[in-house]
Amino acid sequence: MSSTQTVDEIVSQPYKYGFVTDIETEKIPKGINKDIIKLISSKKEEPDFLLKFRLRAFDQWLKMAEPNWAELGYPPINYQDLIYFAAPKQEQKKESLEEVDPKLLDTFEKLGIPISEQKRLANVAVDAVFDSVSIATTYKEKLAEHGVIFCSISEAVTKYPELIEKYLGTVVPINDNFFAALNSAVFSDGSFVYIPKGVDCPMELSSYFRINSGDTGQFERTLIIAEEKSSVSYLEGCTAPMFDTNTLHAAVVELIALDYSTIKYSTVQNWYAGNEEGIGGIYNFVTKRGQCRGKKSKISWSQVETGSAITWKYPSCILQGEESIGEFYSVALTNNYQQADTGTKMIHVGAKTRSTIVSKGISAGHSKNSYRGLVDMGPNAINAKNYSQCDSMLIGDKASANTFPYIHSQQPKASIEHEASTCRLAEDQLFYLQSRGINFEEAVSMMVSGFCRDVFNQLPMEFASEADKLLALKLEGSVG
Amino acid sequence: MQNSSGNLILEINDLHASIEDQSILKGVNLKIYAGEIHAIMGRNGSGKSTLSKVIAGHPAYSITSGIIKFNNQNILDLEPEERGRAGIFLGFQYPLEIPGVSNIEFLRVATNARRQALKKEELDTFEFEDLVHEKLKLVQMDPSFLERSVNEGFSGGEKKRNEILQMALLEPTLGILDETDSGLDIDALRIVATGVQKLSKNDTATILITHYQRLLNEITPNFVHVMVDGKIAHTGGKELALKLEESGYDWIEKDSNKSEELKK
Repeated sequence: MSSTQTVDEIVSQPYKYGFVTDIETEKIPKGINKDIIKLISSKKEEPDFLLKFRLRAFDQWLKMAEPNWAELGYPPINYQDLIYFAAPKQEQKKESLEEVDPKLLDTFEKLGIPISEQKRLANVAVDAVFDSVSIATTYKEKLAEHGVIFCSISEAVTKYPELIEKYLGTVVPINDNFFAALNSAVFSDGSFVYIPKGVDCPMELSSYFRINSGDTGQFERTLIIAEEKSSVSYLEGCTAPMFDTNTLHAAVVELIALDYSTIKYSTVQNWYAGNEEGIGGIYNFVTKRGQCRGKKSKISWSQVETGSAITWKYPSCILQGEESIGEFYSVALTNNYQQADTGTKMIHVGAKTRSTIVSKGISAGHSKNSYRGLVDMGPNAINAKNYSQCDSMLIGDKASANTFPYIHSQQPKASIEHEASTCRLAEDQLFYLQSRGINFEEAVSMMVSGFCRDVFNQLPMEFASEADKLLALKLEGSVG
Repeated sequence: MQNSSGNLILEINDLHASIEDQSILKGVNLKIYAGEIHAIMGRNGSGKSTLSKVIAGHPAYSITSGIIKFNNQNILDLEPEERGRAGIFLGFQYPLEIPGVSNIEFLRVATNARRQALKKEELDTFEFEDLVHEKLKLVQMDPSFLERSVNEGFSGGEKKRNEILQMALLEPTLGILDETDSGLDIDALRIVATGVQKLSKNDTATILITHYQRLLNEITPNFVHVMVDGKIAHTGGKELALKLEESGYDWIEKDSNKSEELKK
């Protein structure tokens, strides 16, 4: 009927995190070269090994070409036109929250991440990263009682250099890919987590990344180490202001799981996606990889990707330890002119390793949403098993969805199962729900969250309902 | 709203509807009063299912002329959900599967939407559970169906029982059952028919769209209409269905112009 609201109308909800914090920022000159890298390293008072690490990465990066195999289209990025370090001006490193600029605390509070003592989230420790630096980490003392280290990676570099030197770049080598090499050369801040042997981390750990400056690239670096028989659940959230230029975000995340340990890593990515015409938004080129080094270790990635103009991201698992387990649960929603090429790699090295991939792509508007995944069974992956399920949902008739599953097997005793489906948000299903008195928006969001149910079930409880709401918001106005 | 017996519930005048420029309904006239059960029969493609979808507001059809009044109100401008909340219920010929959406949650949201329109208090999860378990008995459904996704993996008969369960919860003024009997074995048919009969009251009305006499053996209609080429070509009492079972539709089609006049 003519008055029926179209899904297109429903999907266009204004981005509510698009504000800019007016704060004096210290930025270094534009461009990238060895002097800039030395400058970043000296600003952060880094040990010599790290400067060398950065310079080696830079040398590698110079020799590399930007990848172009993804189903993505964007104008060339001028890497000399970016600023590689920006920090809100503060005279000194702050020891306590009371000394942090209240404007920054306000910013995070507006984002729904209160970090001040009275308001902080119960049972979730937060590391808040603003542009290139970590502003504050909550519950540090309580975590320290259990021997858990949770701090910014800059702080870890100074306080625990031996851990950094031992593990940094061991899962994602500096020459892994173009964006990882760039990150290794100029990374600014990010989170560091260390869970000692036998400890189950007593609370959820969470990092919140906020890009504030328009012309600054953000290059965060996260390193999580779970020692033998330990476990941790970690969540990252991301937002950025609305600028009509594109901002580059190239992060690297490395996870290391030793014998019998478990790392659960969840992401709710809501970077600014650009406007309805596709102007502005974050270019999100991220390398995330976990290594199950130990026997029966487990790494589980869950992601809800709703933001960014471009997402290029393949959280992966190297399943080295015997009977280790890798999991990837993903919801990627694109709308308007967003483009996402995302998926995972499950590299089965050890015997009896198992992996599960569940990917749900939802494309609305003119967006492009591709799943790209690799399942690799190495020669020693005897009796290894993979199960993959990739489902796409199309909303409207201008969006597109692709699935690119790559399978390599050098082990005849490994089993690989792949299922894929594509469906259109069907008018008939909507009509069915509507005819029962359920209004249109609610019917759309019921169907979309039903479609994503398997993935939402994997998210930490506090965030599952939030993810549900986020999708509903993102879809406002998109069905037609 | 009035609820004394004999009120006009549905009034359709000269209704024309088309889908993708193909005209399907070509002048339907129908009046249904409270307390009545009407059967609509006719060959495949005669427009029976279209009529039911158009009454419920399916967005794929456009109304080119005519009017539909429900409880004396023109409903052509109402969204499907507004019609549902106002008390029109369509039992689907092919109920849709909604993966990942739990049946009980769906039933609760729908029931509360209808209750809100009736100015009744919304039910919380516990209250709703009591209500739904009571209604399950009516269709002899196993409670385990509540925890599954809406219609997903249900057999044909289970889907139809789930439709009647929805009807029982929503307590519509007008229930339209589109080939609810098709694909049911005789036991399932009895359960569905008994359910429908228990749900019809003297202030509600029912439209049964069917191909077969066997449903009408279980539920006795006050009127039987035969649709031919987008129009109601013939109307009679319950004995008309028996005649159709014996002689088929040919005699009506041949004489469709004449029977249209008779109808008035």
